[in-house]
Amino acid sequence: MNEHLTEIIIFTALFLLVSGMGFVAARWRRPENLASLDEWGLGGRSFGSWVTWFLVGGDLYTAYTFVAVPALLWGAGATGFFAVPYTIVVYPIVFLVLIRLWSVSHVHGFVTPADFVRARFDSPTMALLVAITGIVATMPYIALQLVGIEAVLKSMGVTGHLPIVIAFAILAAYTYQSGLRAPALIAFVKDTLIYIVILVAIIAIPARLGGWGSIFDAAQAKFDATPAPGDGILLNGNNQLQYVTLALGSALALFLYPHSITGVLASRNRDVIKRNMSALPAYSLLLGLIALLGYMAIAAGVKPIVTEGKPDNNTIVPQLFDQMFPDWFTGIAYAAIGIGALVPAAIMSIAAANLFTRNIYKEYLKPNASDADEARISKIVSLLVKVGAVLCILFLDTGFSIDLQLIGGVIILQTLPAVALGLYTRWFHRGGLIAGWVAGMTAGMLLLYNIGNPAIGKLHFAGSAFPLEKLGLDTKTTIYAGVLALAVNLAVAAIGTVIARTAELADGDDATRPDHYFADEGDPRIRDLDLTTP
Amino acid sequence: MTTPNGDRSDHSPWNWLLIVPIILPLIPFLYNSDEPRLLGFPLFYWLQLAFIAIGVACTTIVYQMTKRRR
Repeated sequence: MNEHLTEIIIFTALFLLVSGMGFVAARWRRPENLASLDEWGLGGRSFGSWVTWFLVGGDLYTAYTFVAVPALLWGAGATGFFAVPYTIVVYPIVFLVLIRLWSVSHVHGFVTPADFVRARFDSPTMALLVAITGIVATMPYIALQLVGIEAVLKSMGVTGHLPIVIAFAILAAYTYQSGLRAPALIAFVKDTLIYIVILVAIIAIPARLGGWGSIFDAAQAKFDATPAPGDGILLNGNNQLQYVTLALGSALALFLYPHSITGVLASRNRDVIKRNMSALPAYSLLLGLIALLGYMAIAAGVKPIVTEGKPDNNTIVPQLFDQMFPDWFTGIAYAAIGIGALVPAAIMSIAAANLFTRNIYKEYLKPNASDADEARISKIVSLLVKVGAVLCILFLDTGFSIDLQLIGGVIILQTLPAVALGLYTRWFHRGGLIAGWVAGMTAGMLLLYNIGNPAIGKLHFAGSAFPLEKLGLDTKTTIYAGVLALAVNLAVAAIGTVIARTAELADGDDATRPDHYFADEGDPRIRDLDLTTP
Repeated sequence: MTTPNGDRSDHSPWNWLLIVPIILPLIPFLYNSDEPRLLGFPLFYWLQLAFIAIGVACTTIVYQMTKRRR
């Protein structure tokens, strides 16, 4: 008899409930048919403030966040708290940028960021690079959602890969059926569960552990006792630059990920986005408090589950819940984390599928694809993407998927000059952008390759903190590799642009006009152009 | 519902307010300290959580001042 029976029953019941909702979602805000990317992949582009809030929030704060960020605080201390400044910085940055993307996308019917790049710079090549970058960066992100579910299952004593495969098969089926409507509807349940669990956790657990003060003191005592120089409940002189560049770099990367853009493009008008950028930080507060579960675990003396001789730090939060809550509530908490993995995984696979369909299939394989063809291909690709993510988990070490995710953040940043800066300026030449992408990508890989961690015996790809002394500087300071690689990208793109302009290389036509970047719902331009754009 | 054609833009002096929540969290010496504690939270933690409120305030003000009249 499994000692976690109550937890398993509650977990399964809630899981089946949301799966049912996923299938029903096809009839929610019913469209005439789902056979177009606007309907299947963007939910009819008609989501209002509430749906967008849940959708984008459900999309950015994933199961992996709930599991990995506290695990990072548990292991390394203050450095893991970078997630808080990161989620503060991101909203004002995107506040202005993404409404421009929304407008120009609605005028021209863009579904993906690569669609925009193609029209803006008249460059199918740069669009292809943006699409490939997006797909490659998204895959390990989906795989990490599985890591989150796995941590929960492990804590319930459920081992083996079969349960995860089943969970993902169900997810794949209802995403196929309902498209973006499914995660949008499920996000309501997911976030409600998570808010309940976290509110209970931050009130009940500190009360049992002697208050917040003693939790922080216990964490400090643990870090004082370890030989590692970088840990502690405060930053030290050498990792402050890493902390701020990681926060800034992650913020810039976040909304370049195709799935975040999908959530934004699905909203009804510009004000919905603006209002959300001021309301979404409610999740940041939640994230900060969730992060501190890592310290609570230290104070409570929680130990991670050890499998095959290796401790799995990702089980820290599930283990803490198991120790602190009655079984039935632990079941709800586990369901919150598990369902929390499904929403982003669904949105990510839809976004990756849209990229493939619009910017590879339609561009290179079947230029005269109809709306129904596009929707059909996207549905199939979204299945393949999920199969790929499951294979990552089955055949790769999960530690390796975390490394892939790290690389994902660095590479998605390389689309910033074309996508984010492209929304403001067309100064860059398409040749310069391509050269910058190649240089930034190469630099990023070289930097990550040279980051080792002797403590765990890894010589390469062991983190994102690049020591500046490797560049010949006399310092112990580290910096986020993604920001350095982006700097290389921008420099090469600028130099390439100057060279291309001097050599008078052909620069394609810009299909957008300045006023397209301000168009809003009900605007005559949107209606006029909708009739003329294919 | 209909808006006039071509005479609108994103420019507004209020947008400058968004600089505040972008810059504040990126200055670690402001908050990298244990004392003073608040409800047991070291400064490092409560001040960064307080920055969230500042971010909400700034984006809300800019939203209210720049939203379109319908």
